[in-house]
Order: sequence, then C-alpha cells, then structure tokens
Amino acid sequence: MNIPSTLKYTESNEWINLEGKTGTIGISDYAQDQLSDIVFAEVIVNEGDILKKGDSIATIESVKAAADVYTPVSGKVIRVNEELGGAPEVINSDPYGAAWIIKVELSNPGETDSLLDATAYDKFVQEQK
Amino acid sequence: MFIPHTDADRAAMLRAVGIEKLDDLFKDVPARYRFPTLNLPTALSEMEVSRELQDISLANESVHDLVCFLGAGVYNHYIPAAIDAIIRRGEFLTAYTPYQPELSQGTLQAIFEYQSNVAALTGMEVCNASHYDGATAVAEAVNMAYANFRRKRTKIILSPAVHPQYRQTVRTYAEGSPVVLVGDDPQIDLKADPDSLIPLIDIDTALVVVQYPDFYGRIYDYTKLAEATHAMGALLAISVNPIALGLLKAPGYMNADIVTGEGQPLGIPLSYGGPYLGLFATRKEYVRKMAGRLTGETVDNRGQRAYVLTLTAREQHIRREKATSNICTNQGLMALASTVYLSLLGKNGLRQVAELCFHKAHYAAQAITNLPGYSIWSPAPFFNEFVIQTPTPVSEINDLLLDHDILGGYDLSQDYPDLSRHMLIAVTEMNTREEIDRLVEVLSEVSNG
Repeated sequence: MNIPSTLKYTESNEWINLEGKTGTIGISDYAQDQLSDIVFAEVIVNEGDILKKGDSIATIESVKAAADVYTPVSGKVIRVNEELGGAPEVINSDPYGAAWIIKVELSNPGETDSLLDATAYDKFVQEQK
Repeated sequence: MFIPHTDADRAAMLRAVGIEKLDDLFKDVPARYRFPTLNLPTALSEMEVSRELQDISLANESVHDLVCFLGAGVYNHYIPAAIDAIIRRGEFLTAYTPYQPELSQGTLQAIFEYQSNVAALTGMEVCNASHYDGATAVAEAVNMAYANFRRKRTKIILSPAVHPQYRQTVRTYAEGSPVVLVGDDPQIDLKADPDSLIPLIDIDTALVVVQYPDFYGRIYDYTKLAEATHAMGALLAISVNPIALGLLKAPGYMNADIVTGEGQPLGIPLSYGGPYLGLFATRKEYVRKMAGRLTGETVDNRGQRAYVLTLTAREQHIRREKATSNICTNQGLMALASTVYLSLLGKNGLRQVAELCFHKAHYAAQAITNLPGYSIWSPAPFFNEFVIQTPTPVSEINDLLLDHDILGGYDLSQDYPDLSRHMLIAVTEMNTREEIDRLVEVLSEVSNG
C-alpha cells in the first residue's frame, strides 16, 4: 500500500498535501483499492465555497460501492479538479497525483494537528485489514 | 418463502428482552383498550358477504356501461385480452423486488424491455423502471432537477397547462423545501402559448415543466422553449401522453432533458386513482441523478445475456441521505402491462391507435362546433382532446348526458375559475361514429334551449 510520508491522512481515508495555507485533497491508495474499479466521480463543491471540516466535497462510485469524500480541514475552495468527472479511473491509477479533488485555502491551520501522519495512517490501515 | 419464527425462536427473543410472554410487551396499553368490544352487526357467511358486495358493486357505472368522453389525464383505450393473460402469470404477479438476478431473469427482462420501449417512444437515452403515476413522475423530475444543481437553483416553472393534479402533487412534494413554484398563478392568460413562459426563466431556474399534448389537449413544439431554457442553464421536462407519441414528434427531438408521462393509456384499465404507471426518461448524463431503479443488460459467467439491476450504488436504500428521492419502488406489473401492450401493437399499431384518436376527436370537434352556442376554445392544433365553450354550465350538460348513458367531458371550472362553461372532451378509438353523433345530438338539445 502506497502511503507517501509527505501527506497527512484521515480515518475516512482522505489525504491532504499542505503547502503553506493551501491544502490539496484526495483519497488514499487504500481507499481506491477498497472501492475497486471507480466508474463515477463528482465534485459537489464549487470554487469560492466555504467549507467546514467534515463537509462532503465529492461522491465516488465504484462497481461495488458509493462513497462520499469529506474535507479534512475548514477553508475556502480555491480550485476544483474539472478533469476528474471525465476520467474517474485516474483515482485508481494515480490517487495521489492526477486524482486530486480540490484545493482549499485553510481558514484554521490548527486543525491539521489532529490529522494522521503516514506512520499513524499506515497503522490505522493495518488495523482495518 | 416466508418462514415464521419457531416457538424456540420466540422464547429466545423473549428471554433476550427480559420478559416472560408476548402480552407483557403490551402492558402499557390499558387492558380495556386491548380487545375492546366493537359495535358490529352479526357476522355473515362468505356467501352472504359475496352477495352483498356484488349488490353494492352493481351500483357502479363504468365505461363498460356508459359511452365515455371523459379523459383529462387517463383515457378509455382498448385493452387486448393477452395483457391480462400474461401479467396474471404467477411468475410476474408478485410484489417481490427482483434484487436477485439469478431468480428474476423474467421480471428483469420485462423491465429492460419496458425501459427500451419508453426510451424509443420518448426519444430519450435512459428510462427508469417506472414511478407510481404521471403526477409523481413530474414531482420526481422536480426533485431531480433541484438535486442536479446541488440545491442551488430553487425556481421551478410550471406551465398552467400542466395537469392540475400533477401541479398539486409537485406542490405537496416541494412543501417544506426551498423550492419555489411559479408560472401557473391564476392571473396568467391560459390561452397563451408556452413561449410566454420564456421571460420567467432565469439563472435561478432549475426546471421548466410543460405537458405534451397539454392539459387542454393542445399540441406545441417545445424546441424554442428548450433553447431558451438551456440558454439559462436550466432543464426542460415534458410530461407526455404516450399514445400521442405514436403520431407526434418525440420530445427527445425537441431537446427535452426529462420526459415523464402517465402510462395508463398503454393497456392499463381506468380505475379510481390507480394503479397507474409513471413514465420517466432522461438523458444519459443525468442517469445518476435519476430516482428509481434501472435494469441493465450484461453477460453472466458463461457469457450468456443476462439482466440485472444496475447503478444500484446510487439507489435510495444504499445512500439514503444523498438520494434524489426516497422512493425506489416501481410499478412493475403496470410496466409489464404497457410492455405487452406496445409489443402487441407494434410501431404501426400504435400509430394506428393514435390516428384513430386524432381523426375521431377532430370529427367530434367539428360536429360540436357546428352547433349553435358551442365553440372551440383554442385555435391551436390538438390530439384527442379539446376544450369546448358551452352555452350552459358543464355540470348541467353532464347530468343530461348521463341520462343518455354518456359520460361527458371534464368540467374545467373545477380547476380554472376563469373557465366556467368550458368542457374538456376526450375521444379515443373506442368511440364509434354513432356514439359521437349521439353525443352531438344530446348537446344540441342544450343549445336549442
């Protein structure tokens, strides 16, 4: 299971890449593996939306399940991955790259303290198996 | 098969909740209310009950006893005997949902064929396994459009020429939600054509709803309305009479985004409130926003063609709080009836039925407007239904018609106060020329005073 050490994670299997006050959000390699072949992805927020930590930002459907994706941090949506809807399969092939979902400008950077680092997330994933 | 709990199961459950016997669960209900003495007449035998019910039912007058010119949403069409013979087969006559494809290939194939028929008839790409009736199908279209714009567009424009009961149903569904319904307020000029809705469409509009033919029987091409709707980024829903589509341009070719309809004319008997059949079709890009269930074709592990419920990940029982609708049932048996009906008639047969309705209705309209005191309300083209202005109140005319064993047209003053003395008359292939002539003759008695 690929768990890059530069990212932070949640127990609902999102990742966030923090660069200053900007965070890029997606779902983890473990999450895409659990969902199996992803056939549909829809980002349900728009640029400019103000999000609270835990708000739903996207819906992902695979051949066996439907899942909601939640934002791990509060903030303003500054970019939405417009390519995702047309090519949902990149979530399977490149979950940490092309399959980013949104970029957020953090309104409360302190929230990131409670996120999991790679080691803690790895442990969490092992416990799920 | 349903297997009830055994005594041992029950004992285990009673032990688990910590009571001795079932009655203990009801001890909060005062004893005198548990089995109250009911003031009922003495019991009758089955034979006596059967006789009594028979007597009561004989007081009904149905379209088998009367000549029917009443439509207004449901229509008296011929129902081929094969429909009943097929839908009464035990394999179909079940309330069970076909979730297990290995047990339900027949039902699933029937639903798939139903979906294919409706898609072809409406000119749309996707059709669901049906809703309750034409009214709830329109309400589901409103739900879907509202969800499609992530609840950010709240305005729904309803043409006043959409069936009054459909608009009422939509209002019931929308109650308590931020959806605002406009377009059908009583001040509106009822004779106006659908393009008069265009100025109402703005960037807050989620959906525009029209009917085809409209409630007054009129036929309009909604292509221009669709263009104006799409220019504002909104969706267009067209509610149809499926028989009319045997003759008229399919709404898919007018660029409708959603097509709904009452499927009753397709081989389903008239009955007070149903069961009827809600048709619902849309474009492929909205398939995940569509409520209800969907059957798809696939291949099994031996490579054989097979049918399954598909896209169930978006279904309501799985994602309840995210669902477009909380209704995921469908009218399976009625959908099957319509499938058998369309299969029996075929393309040409359906067109023939539609042509008969069209020509007979035009014959009737011509004859009625020749009578002094009667005139046709709208110059717009119509299908099998038309509005006649009458010299006396419609209720009085209908009483007289009933004396002659004729079920008269729909009294529009019930829904449109401005349309007192306006009767909506429906004619189908079931009405013979003699029947139409008899209607005209009785109407002429009124015009002569």
